[in-house]
Amino acid sequence: MELSLATRTVGEHTVLEVGGEVDVYTAPRLRERLLELVDGGARHVVVDLGRVDFLDSTGLGVLVGALKRLRAAGGSFALVCDKEPLLKIFRITALDQVFPLHPTVDAAIGTDPAGTGV
Amino acid sequence: MATVKLSFSPAPVHVRTARLVGVAVARRAGVREELLDEVRLAIGEACTRAVALHRQYGVSEPVLVEMSDAGSYAVRVVDRAPIEAGLGLAALNADQLANESLNEDDLTTGVGFALLAGFVEDLQVRPVDEGVGTEVRMVWPVGR
Repeated sequence: MELSLATRTVGEHTVLEVGGEVDVYTAPRLRERLLELVDGGARHVVVDLGRVDFLDSTGLGVLVGALKRLRAAGGSFALVCDKEPLLKIFRITALDQVFPLHPTVDAAIGTDPAGTGV
Repeated sequence: MATVKLSFSPAPVHVRTARLVGVAVARRAGVREELLDEVRLAIGEACTRAVALHRQYGVSEPVLVEMSDAGSYAVRVVDRAPIEAGLGLAALNADQLANESLNEDDLTTGVGFALLAGFVEDLQVRPVDEGVGTEVRMVWPVGR
């Protein structure tokens, strides 16, 4: 499935919903969109991976790049992911210790009343 | 023994095709359903590595993927890059990954190897038998 990207704003957060396959071919488009968001002034970015079917090292590299860029700009970057196959990828690469990972967008932006954020 | 060979010009757009073929042959060979996600990811990482090496060294020859099911499911991904065979990088730890000085290409390479090593129990990276290049060899059990 092709990459899909959709952006919405929730309070001070910019939520980027990603769907489809993020790989060596499609990752440059994700990188470009994240750069546009940061250049456009977004400082608190949440990337929702809920509809991602496939994520490879290139996609992970792009996400780490965005995390570093936002931290350097005094912002924040978080991921939403609750699929076990994707979570395993984060664990195996130790990137689960680098990214704030949340099960839902509400948990990522801090409005989850039940406090079930990871 | 059934063998499927796929060779593709070293462009990122073809890596997805290699993944799809690799998983289709794995399923046909009898690799257990719960391993197929790992097969897909590992073949993708090996092909991504090969494409990156070909582009880095200006090699226009095709990347070769060879799949065979003689007792187990074995996949060879062969590049023609003039490098020393080896995994190249040790897995990066969290501090290294988050380090500002690590560029995205190196990070991607390190993460790619971590995924290969993490998802493939039987993994070898070695020089090709003839000519220039390296091969990534991955083997999965078939559960018939």
